[in-house]
Amino acid sequence: MPLKFNRSRAIVNSEAPGLAGSNKDIYKDSHNHGDSSRYNKVFTKLTYLTAGFHMNSSLGRSLGLFILLLIAPMSQAQTTFTFTAIPDQNEAHLQERFDKVAVYLQQELGVDVRYIPVKSYAAAVTAFRNDQVQLAWFGGLSGVQARRLVTGSQAIAQGYEDQLFSSYLIAHSSTGINKSEEFPGEIAGKTFTFGSKGSTSGRLMPEYYIRQHLLAAPNKVFAKVGFSGDHSRTLALVQSGAYQVGAVNFKVWDTALAAGKIDSSKVKVIWQTPRYPDYQWTVRGDVANRFGADFQQRLTDALLNMSDPELLASFPRRSFIKADNALYKPIFDTAVAIGLIDARP
Amino acid sequence: MIAASKSSHRDSSAKALRNTSFWFAAVALLCLSMADLDISTPNPWGELGLMAAGALSPTVWSWPTLLTSLANTFSFALQGIALASTVGFLLALGYKFTLVRAFCAFIRSIHELFWALLFIQIAGLSSLTGLLAIAIPYAGTLAKIYGELFEEVDPSPINNLPSQSLNLSRSLSHFCYTVLPLAWRSMATYTSYRFECAIRSSAILGFVGLPTIGFHLETTLSEGNYSEAAAFFYALLLLIATLRFWLQKRLLPLYLIGAFYYLPPQAQTSWQLVKRFISEDIVPTPLRGQANLNAESLGAFGQWCNQLWQHQIWPGLVNTMLLGQIVLVFTGLLALLLFPLNSPLFFRGWRGFGDAILILLRTLPEYLLAFLGLLIFGPSMVPAILALGIHNGAIIGHLVGRHTDELTLRADVGTGLNLYFYEVLPRIYRQFLAFLFYRWEVILRETAILGILGITTLGFYIDSAFEEFRFDRALLLILASAMLNIGVDHFARWLRQRLHLKSIPESL
Repeated sequence: MPLKFNRSRAIVNSEAPGLAGSNKDIYKDSHNHGDSSRYNKVFTKLTYLTAGFHMNSSLGRSLGLFILLLIAPMSQAQTTFTFTAIPDQNEAHLQERFDKVAVYLQQELGVDVRYIPVKSYAAAVTAFRNDQVQLAWFGGLSGVQARRLVTGSQAIAQGYEDQLFSSYLIAHSSTGINKSEEFPGEIAGKTFTFGSKGSTSGRLMPEYYIRQHLLAAPNKVFAKVGFSGDHSRTLALVQSGAYQVGAVNFKVWDTALAAGKIDSSKVKVIWQTPRYPDYQWTVRGDVANRFGADFQQRLTDALLNMSDPELLASFPRRSFIKADNALYKPIFDTAVAIGLIDARP
Repeated sequence: MIAASKSSHRDSSAKALRNTSFWFAAVALLCLSMADLDISTPNPWGELGLMAAGALSPTVWSWPTLLTSLANTFSFALQGIALASTVGFLLALGYKFTLVRAFCAFIRSIHELFWALLFIQIAGLSSLTGLLAIAIPYAGTLAKIYGELFEEVDPSPINNLPSQSLNLSRSLSHFCYTVLPLAWRSMATYTSYRFECAIRSSAILGFVGLPTIGFHLETTLSEGNYSEAAAFFYALLLLIATLRFWLQKRLLPLYLIGAFYYLPPQAQTSWQLVKRFISEDIVPTPLRGQANLNAESLGAFGQWCNQLWQHQIWPGLVNTMLLGQIVLVFTGLLALLLFPLNSPLFFRGWRGFGDAILILLRTLPEYLLAFLGLLIFGPSMVPAILALGIHNGAIIGHLVGRHTDELTLRADVGTGLNLYFYEVLPRIYRQFLAFLFYRWEVILRETAILGILGITTLGFYIDSAFEEFRFDRALLLILASAMLNIGVDHFARWLRQRLHLKSIPESL
């Protein structure tokens, strides 16, 4: 069995920014489910039983493996600490950039650290919930959802900028709407796009303020409501005029503006939401059992002490500061208010 | 063949075909009048220019990334089809039972992406998730095709057997010696065609995070990094276009073993995760955590269902069907326009080139087409109709074109339009309708992925439910779309029998 994995690892390697490589390594290391020892026995037995098979026929081996893998949850000693991150921009080449963060954490913590890329907020939360990752760089809303699903999990650090995060409403120039301090009521009746459905800055907070000022749900207020999927695409769609108004993360806008990717004659910021707390590092509560009682503290320190600009640029944040669960109460309340989360006793 | 010989009445003639076509077109027109077809004229040229520039300058950022994602895409597809054809075959044996048919319609009504999202809850982002997300809906599809092939083989061999009471082993050997040999070739043809679809599905699975081409394609596209996106897209195109050169029947076992060896299906899971999913996640919120039901919780449950019906299921159903009917007819028109590209009767010397165009059109993900359409036409049903229509029209066009291979024409046939309208069209029309009806449910399923256009189909709400971790809602919505699919499957089956459309292998 181990031989097999090593072989396939060698082929796939961790080059794959997808999960092929990294996945296999996670499976190797899972050992956290109650029944694991029993499965371990069954598993070993089955492996021996099919060993002869392996020698003679690779088809037999594949089939044997297949059946085995279907019935036997993987279970070996968990020594690898795995994390993931929700990037709000520049999603390409993630593996390369976050592998460097993994190397840093490995040095600081003295355990094997791996990064696995995810594609969406929901996937990140699910991976965290299922203990496929123990640490995640979540958005405000995804963090709240994750901590709600995993009892004992803690927000331990946020980006310096995340204390006072905000969203911009942006509009195509043909709308003739100008920037104002007051909420621009004239966006009612226009076509509008959010970012991803699960985004704090691209959906949750903008929707909250739209409801607050225009007193109705977005699909009642606007002629059309789309979900572009992410901030960069919201920008492209409003800049092209496909949607007249949109909501983006202020950091994504500022970065794109600095990079010269925005044509100010076509699209501009018309309103900025009040500040709210956003991205944060959240860790599972059960890491203490696996990595030692002081692990969470050491992890927090390692994050707070991260000072290499190259590492911080992956997020992109100036630095990380302390955070806790209570800080995100407003996000939870907002999500309940607009019906994204059911209030639960 | 047999359906025709069985039929006593002759309304299968041109008139019935004409009437059916008329009613479909009329319904589509009615839907069009209710659909949102506004065209706002933004200025898309900046973004389109960037896309064109990217398409002309594909850049490979990392070869290992490209090649591994290509290998993953291929492996998921091959494993998925292998498993699906085995399970599909077994299901097809019981295809005469309504329950089996409904079950098959149910599992194939759920989009691959949603199967993946379901399995991610239990098996994480794993190779097992990828395999099952393809294998399950494809098993439903293959079961339908195999089942209908079995129904339609020439019954003379079995009729000529001495009549005996049938027990299980005897009917099994009857099946193996009289039905299977006759259906075998068509089954093989169809399964191999279906493999191409599986590669596309496998690529799309990247959208939810599995390590296939779609992962990078979606990422680079959303970033506006069109040069890199082009490289990934061309790689996918090349993989699909060259399949017939290197994926030979003899080598298939080798490839299959290779695929399982390279990407063994595995997952980090536990019974707790499964149990949690079944006993908590999908239990409707008002009933969750209640040991026994009382009037109060049942009332709350009723209200929950009612809310969901009013706000999501009903509007979702309406939009799904509205869009589906329009797209169905548009797909048909487009297919009739496009099939000559892949027909030896029209583009004799250029057929390779013509089919390449069709391959290009059907490989472009609908999602990308929708984005292009959105840039050009603004948000409405127009980009959705175009995206789904072009994709499916190219597929049916390809199949109909291939079907014209089998036509034998008189020596003195006309050419050009005369050939098209007086000779070819009447002969392929029955076949064309059969293809189209098969594609019907696929079109309904694909309306799910158009969230960017803000069209609130059932799929849109299912996606939202997953995004909000409301699996109870997701399940109810999935059940609703399954009902729709079972209904459509039933209706299409009835039409097919009424019009004596022979289902032939390469149909869906």
